[in-house]
Amino acid sequence: MTTPAETVGVYARQPARWHWAEVAFWIAALASAFLFPSRYLIMTDILRLGLFALSLDLILGYAGIVSLGHAAFFGVGAYGAGLLALHGLVTEPVLALLVAALAATLLGFVTSFLVIRGVDLTRLMVTLGIALLLEALAERFSDITGGTDGLQGIEMAPILGLFEFDMFGKVGFFYSLAVLFVLFLLARRIVHSPFGLSLRAIRNNPLRAAAVGIPVDRRLIAVYTLAAFYAGAAGALFTQTTQLASLDVFSFERSADLMLVLVLGGTGYLYGGLIGAVVFRLLQEGFSTLTPQYWQFWIGAVLIAVVLTGRERLHRWVRLVPDFLSRSRAKPKLGAIAPTSDPS
Amino acid sequence: MTSLLTNLFDGVAYGMLLFVLACGLAVTLGLMNFVNLAHGAFAMAGGYVCAVLVNQAGWPFFAALPLAFVSSALIGVVLERLLYRHLYSRSHLDQVLFSIGLVFMSVAAVDYIMGSSRIFIRIPAALEGQIDFFGVGIGRYRLMIILICGLLTIALQLVLARTRFGSRLRAAVDDPRAAIGLGINVPQVFALTFAFGCGLAGLGGALSAEILGLDPYFPLKFMIYFLIVVTVGGSSSITGPFLASLLLGIGDVAGKYYVPKLGPFVIYTIMIVILIWRPNGLFGRTAAR
Repeated sequence: MTTPAETVGVYARQPARWHWAEVAFWIAALASAFLFPSRYLIMTDILRLGLFALSLDLILGYAGIVSLGHAAFFGVGAYGAGLLALHGLVTEPVLALLVAALAATLLGFVTSFLVIRGVDLTRLMVTLGIALLLEALAERFSDITGGTDGLQGIEMAPILGLFEFDMFGKVGFFYSLAVLFVLFLLARRIVHSPFGLSLRAIRNNPLRAAAVGIPVDRRLIAVYTLAAFYAGAAGALFTQTTQLASLDVFSFERSADLMLVLVLGGTGYLYGGLIGAVVFRLLQEGFSTLTPQYWQFWIGAVLIAVVLTGRERLHRWVRLVPDFLSRSRAKPKLGAIAPTSDPS
Repeated sequence: MTSLLTNLFDGVAYGMLLFVLACGLAVTLGLMNFVNLAHGAFAMAGGYVCAVLVNQAGWPFFAALPLAFVSSALIGVVLERLLYRHLYSRSHLDQVLFSIGLVFMSVAAVDYIMGSSRIFIRIPAALEGQIDFFGVGIGRYRLMIILICGLLTIALQLVLARTRFGSRLRAAVDDPRAAIGLGINVPQVFALTFAFGCGLAGLGGALSAEILGLDPYFPLKFMIYFLIVVTVGGSSSITGPFLASLLLGIGDVAGKYYVPKLGPFVIYTIMIVILIWRPNGLFGRTAAR
C-alpha cells in the first residue's frame, strides 16, 4: 500500500524517465550529420533556432510568460560573443559562449523584475519595448556595434584549442549539436525537478500556486533569467558559427518567427522547439524556392492556419504517436491517482 | 523660440495623426481586450488605396480620403466576420500569433502588388509650403491634419457619449452578457466598431503617407507606436489615448530634434517606465480584464 505522496512522486517522476523515442530523436539528430553532409549550414541554423526556441519554451510553455521580445537576449548573446572574439578578450569559443550567455542572463535577471509585473498585455509591451530599446541602442552606439553594417571580420579561435572551424560548417554543426544537447539535458533536468513542477503550477493558476506556498515571483524571475541564458547561448552560437552579428539579431521578426517555431512544435515538452525549428526551416526553404521574395506571406498564412485550427488540437496530433506508446506502457502503474488533466 | 513653437506644432500634428491611426486599436485592444498587432495593416491598406486613386486614377486628394476610409472599413468588416470574431475568447498568445500572421501576409502582399519602395501621394498645391504665423512656420499640410483630426476627435467623443450606438458600445464592453440580456446585438456592435476603427486607421494611413512615409513595412514600423498610444493612454475613454498620442507625438518630434543621438530610445524608455509605474496606463480606470 502506497501513501498518496508516494503515488504523486511516482506520477511526477514518470515523465522524467528517458523514453526510447527521445533517444531515437537524438540519434536521428546525430545521424543527420552523416546523411546530409552537404547541408551543414542549414542544419546548424536549425540547431541554433532549436536552442532559441527551447529558451522561449522554458518561459512560455512552462511558466506561461508571453514574450514578444525574446530576441533581446539572443542579440546580447550574439553581440557579446562577437565583441569577445573581435577584441580578443576571450578567444576560446566555449568559454566565450558562456561569458556571452551570462551577459544575456544578467540582462534577463534585471528585466525580469519588469516582466513579472502586470498582466499579459503589459508583459508583451515591456518585452517588445526592451528588444526595441536594445536595437536602438545598438544602432546608436555604432562605434561599438558597427551600426547597420554589423560586426565584421570576426575570427574564431579553434574550439578548446583543438577543432578549427572549417568553411563547410562541419565543426560548427557538431559544436552546435553538442551545445544544444548539453543545454537540453540541463533544461530537461530542471523542468522535471520540483522547481519545474512548481512552474507548471504557476502557469496553470498563479493564485492557487501562491496559496499552496510557491513563491510565484521568485520562481518567475528564476525561470526568466534561465531562459535569458539559453537565448544568449543561442545568440552566441549564431555569431560563432556565422562569424557575423548585425542589428537584425534584435529584430521583431526574429521574436515573431520564434513564436511560430515554438507553436509549430508545441509548447511545454521541450522537444517542441526542436521539432518546430526543423519544420519551420523546411517550410521556409520550401516557400523560398516557391516565391523567393514573398515567403513571409506563406509563413503568415501558416501562422493564421495554426491559430484557427487550434494549437491544442495540432499539439495532440503531433503527440499522437509518443502518447500512444507511453500510455500502453505506463498507465497501469498509476492506479489510484488518475490524472484529471493532461499534464503537459 | 520660434523653432520651439514650430516643433510643438509639428508634434501636435504628429500626435493627432497617431490618434486617428490608433484610436481603432484603443477599442479593439483597450475595450474588447483583443491584442491586434495587425492594426497598422489596415492603415497601410487605406494609404495605398488613396495612393492608387490619386496617383494612378487621377482623383483629387480630398475625394480619395473618404474612399481610403471606406475601403479599410470594408476590409476590416470582412476580416472581422471571417476571422477575428473566432478569436475574441481565445488566449492572448493566440491573438498575438494570429495578428502577426496577418501582418506578415499584408507586408508580403503589398510588397508583391505595389513594390517595396516608399510611395508618395500627390497632394494638392494648396497644401504645400508653410504659412508664416507671427514668425512661426506652420506647415499647411500639418494644419489640415490638425483640423481634420481635431474634428474627428470631437465627433468621436460625441458619438460615444451622446448617441444610442455609443451607449450600446459602452454597455457591450462593460459587460457583454448583461448587454446581450438587454437585447443589444453585441457581435454586431463589435463588428461595426471594429470596421469603424479600421476605417479611421485607413484614413490615418492616407494622411500619414506625407509625414510618416508609406511602404510595405508600415505595419511593423509603427506597430509599437500604436500600442504605446493604447497601453499608455488606458482604455477608460478616448481622452486617454488622445492625450497619450499628443504626448507621444510631441515627445517624439522633440526627441528627434533636440537629442537626435538618443533617437527612439527616449520613447521606449518612457513607455517602459510608465507601464511599470501604472500597468493600466496613465489614464486607466480599473484593473485590466
